[in-house]
Amino acid sequence: MRDAALLVVGAGPAGMAAAAAAASMGVAVTLLDEQPAAGGQIYRAVEAAAGPRGEILGEDYLYGLRLVRALESPLIAHEKGATVWRVDADGTVAYSQGGKGRLIRGRRVILATGALERPVPAPGWTLPGVMTAGAAQILLKQSAVVPRRAVLAGKGPLLYLVAQQLVKAGHPPLALVEARQTTDHLRALAHLAGALKGWRTLAKGASMLSEIGKAGVERYRGATKIAVEGDKAACAITFDCGGRSRRIACDTVLLHQGVVPNTQITRSLRLEHVWDSAQRCFRPKVDEWGATGLQRIYVAGDGAGIGGARAAEQAGRLTALHAAAELAAISLEDRDRQAAGIRKALRAELAVRPFLDAAFPPAPEILRPADETIVCRCEEVTAGDIRGYAKIGCTGPNQTKAYGRCGMGPCQGRYCGLTVTELLAEANGTSAAEVGYYRIRAPLKPIALGELADLDEVVPDVRPGQEIGRNL
Amino acid sequence: MDIENAIIGGGVVGLSLAYGLLKRGRGVTVFDEGDDAFRASRGNFGLVWVQGKGLGAPDYARWTRRSAEAWHGFAEELRAASGHDLALSQEGGYDFYFDEESLAQRVAQYEALKAELGGDYPFDVLGHNALKREEPGIGSEVAGAILHHADGHVNPLLLLKALASEVRRAGGHVRSNCKIVSVEPSSGEFRLTSEFGSIFGAARVVLTAGLGAAELGPKLGFKAPVRPQRGQVLITEKLPKMMNRPSGIIRQVNEGGVQIGDSKEEVGLDDRETLETTSQIAARAIRVYPALRKANLLRSWGALRIMSPDGLPIYQKSETVPGAYLVTCHSGITLAAAHAMFLPDWLDGGESAPNLEAFSENRFTVS
Amino acid sequence: MKTVSPFLEIAAGRKTVEVEFDGETYALADGANLAAALLAAGVQGFRTTPVSGAPRAPFCMMGACFDCLVEIDGFTVQACMTTVKPGLKVARVHGKEEPADA
Repeated sequence: MRDAALLVVGAGPAGMAAAAAAASMGVAVTLLDEQPAAGGQIYRAVEAAAGPRGEILGEDYLYGLRLVRALESPLIAHEKGATVWRVDADGTVAYSQGGKGRLIRGRRVILATGALERPVPAPGWTLPGVMTAGAAQILLKQSAVVPRRAVLAGKGPLLYLVAQQLVKAGHPPLALVEARQTTDHLRALAHLAGALKGWRTLAKGASMLSEIGKAGVERYRGATKIAVEGDKAACAITFDCGGRSRRIACDTVLLHQGVVPNTQITRSLRLEHVWDSAQRCFRPKVDEWGATGLQRIYVAGDGAGIGGARAAEQAGRLTALHAAAELAAISLEDRDRQAAGIRKALRAELAVRPFLDAAFPPAPEILRPADETIVCRCEEVTAGDIRGYAKIGCTGPNQTKAYGRCGMGPCQGRYCGLTVTELLAEANGTSAAEVGYYRIRAPLKPIALGELADLDEVVPDVRPGQEIGRNL
Repeated sequence: MDIENAIIGGGVVGLSLAYGLLKRGRGVTVFDEGDDAFRASRGNFGLVWVQGKGLGAPDYARWTRRSAEAWHGFAEELRAASGHDLALSQEGGYDFYFDEESLAQRVAQYEALKAELGGDYPFDVLGHNALKREEPGIGSEVAGAILHHADGHVNPLLLLKALASEVRRAGGHVRSNCKIVSVEPSSGEFRLTSEFGSIFGAARVVLTAGLGAAELGPKLGFKAPVRPQRGQVLITEKLPKMMNRPSGIIRQVNEGGVQIGDSKEEVGLDDRETLETTSQIAARAIRVYPALRKANLLRSWGALRIMSPDGLPIYQKSETVPGAYLVTCHSGITLAAAHAMFLPDWLDGGESAPNLEAFSENRFTVS
Repeated sequence: MKTVSPFLEIAAGRKTVEVEFDGETYALADGANLAAALLAAGVQGFRTTPVSGAPRAPFCMMGACFDCLVEIDGFTVQACMTTVKPGLKVARVHGKEEPADA
């Protein structure tokens, strides 16, 4: 078994910053990166795209370059194309690379797997041509591919950013269908003080909207009943707005309703999770250093709670400091001294968050969709099916797996878990916190059986008392 | 208002029994834990399995066979009532061997049991070539198999769903998220206390609580010597049909995934899947069906069997507390038909009651 | 497949290689992301689901949704996590059970 001092899972801002910080303190780091190049999702392909598409993608994206360049250290082993499929409490990580299964054990492991887009169940959302707004960004960043006739629909700052980037790329979206309601505006005002501290973010938002407006992109505000029409592929988006039903013909529909922490690994470790009512999602319970209930496992970045790329970077540094102290590379005094400045920066980055959370809460219609809407994309289980399970005693998400295979597909609940939690809370008259979430287990991503079997050579023999029997 | 029959434990054993009682017009309330309970009923392999059971214990072999034979009618009844097709298939099943000697040893055991059963134990021994004709995908390392014609498999989750809906439709009450933490005899009846402090009264109590019987049993006069035994299971992505019959360790479920097991681990209340064991299970499966090498593993899990000291079920009427009953087994799927159709008679006593003396707790004498 | 792809490549001049997808040959940029390249080439439905036979295509582009599954060399893989290289042979994954000759 290969041993490492520090393992970092994920090469987004938190992972990159953690790896670089740890290396600067003399800690040997192995960085496990699922992608072929560093950057995670937000800085996807930044090294390759900065030249050709930097103008289109903007300053905030180009900022990622410095984080990628900081990975050039002899102390950082950057494993690319490494898909982690198992993490154990003792720091053992199993990953798949080039079709081969590999094992490595870290004395400390920093999980920096970031966020996923919140599931956006709407009628027709499984049709070809429907993607997340983040997917459109990835296409642009990594592949220089843009949709010709797209409509952006949903809620959240990313919607405007993608619209602006498409405008700059010369192919503005046909329309922006905004699910944001007046009540959202009003609720957000309560957090204006924090927002003003994060005025740069607000200023960026204003400039985005201005550019989108100048390009003539039609905005439909206060939209509800968002649905996608089409037979073999999306051909239009329909919605209600201003008291009228609308229909816009298009080839691509880009949906978005915010991002949520990716909790697959932390759930598989059976770490404690808390329900964040401001962000309406679960996140793992961590202390101010990113430490969890397991001594060797830390979480940094959006995976511990949504804060955005800059906050993730600072959190990565903080967690690396703590790990370095635990690994005796620096003293506790050094750790605390260096942490002070980082905490200040982190606080500044997080100042605008309560405002954003209040300003863009997920729409009720995607939290608790109509009966006919597919909730589990993999097994095609509808909201109505799930409400039906509740009637025959299904009190929690794990029973929805048993009753209807909901959550048993390859995505392992990434795109249905939160919806199932909300639906069961509603059906059983209880809260999301009480309902809980799917039990997540390895493999975190599908792997070929042969790959798992070949690992046999590096694991201990069957112990006495632990026989692999035949049939029962 | 008093409960006529309180069934403690809403897994497949409790629900099958509840279903059977309701069919006889009885009043039934089932108490079930919450979503994160161990639930062997959710983690099992889905076999309706006869071979290998009751070696040296022919009563168990007979009870198992009786249930297997009643399964078809049971599945039909549930399908007609609930609309759920349980995907029952009883075309026989295999026990595979990588070496001739082990195969021969097992055959000898089966022959002995067959004699005890008066010849009613329909199995064939297949060498590699004969097996390959039945299963073209079989690996070259498989020396042979025992094909038992009474074996089969079913979709255990659909069984649970059908029972859950039918029990309710037939007027049974089901209290979910209601873990019973104590049952006490109380002036000829029973007092049940839930984890939230709710109290229920019942005339008759049946413990079908899996591992929970160990805590609840003693106050009702039961030894309930059950212990957890972990089995780990893998399931692949949905695949085109690649095997004709199930075996004890590999079967292709009706939706297409190939399910692979198993292990027998004494690890206490730990239902986690482990790297070592899942890797070994995968390796063995590939030896049996080499095409599985490229199949994607989607999920793996561990589940806790409810094991008695000899592996046989326990059916016990309390000798010290009349009206209390204990039912436990680790083959709740195979025995579901028997539990639905014959066990209610055992509860009532009378002429049609099956003789389940062989499964009494008294066989576990403290020496 | 539409005659005009719903997607457009805005970078020019990348060396292309021949890739087979579902029996048809495409000229895709060497080293490109397979899902992005197929979308730009006009492929709409990538696969059909095993449950209902419904068409699916890339949704998340980040390896999380598993809707872009394709088959390469007998393995089911995500197109959005695969890189184009010369001679790549890509097939559709089996959806709903088809009759033997499909």
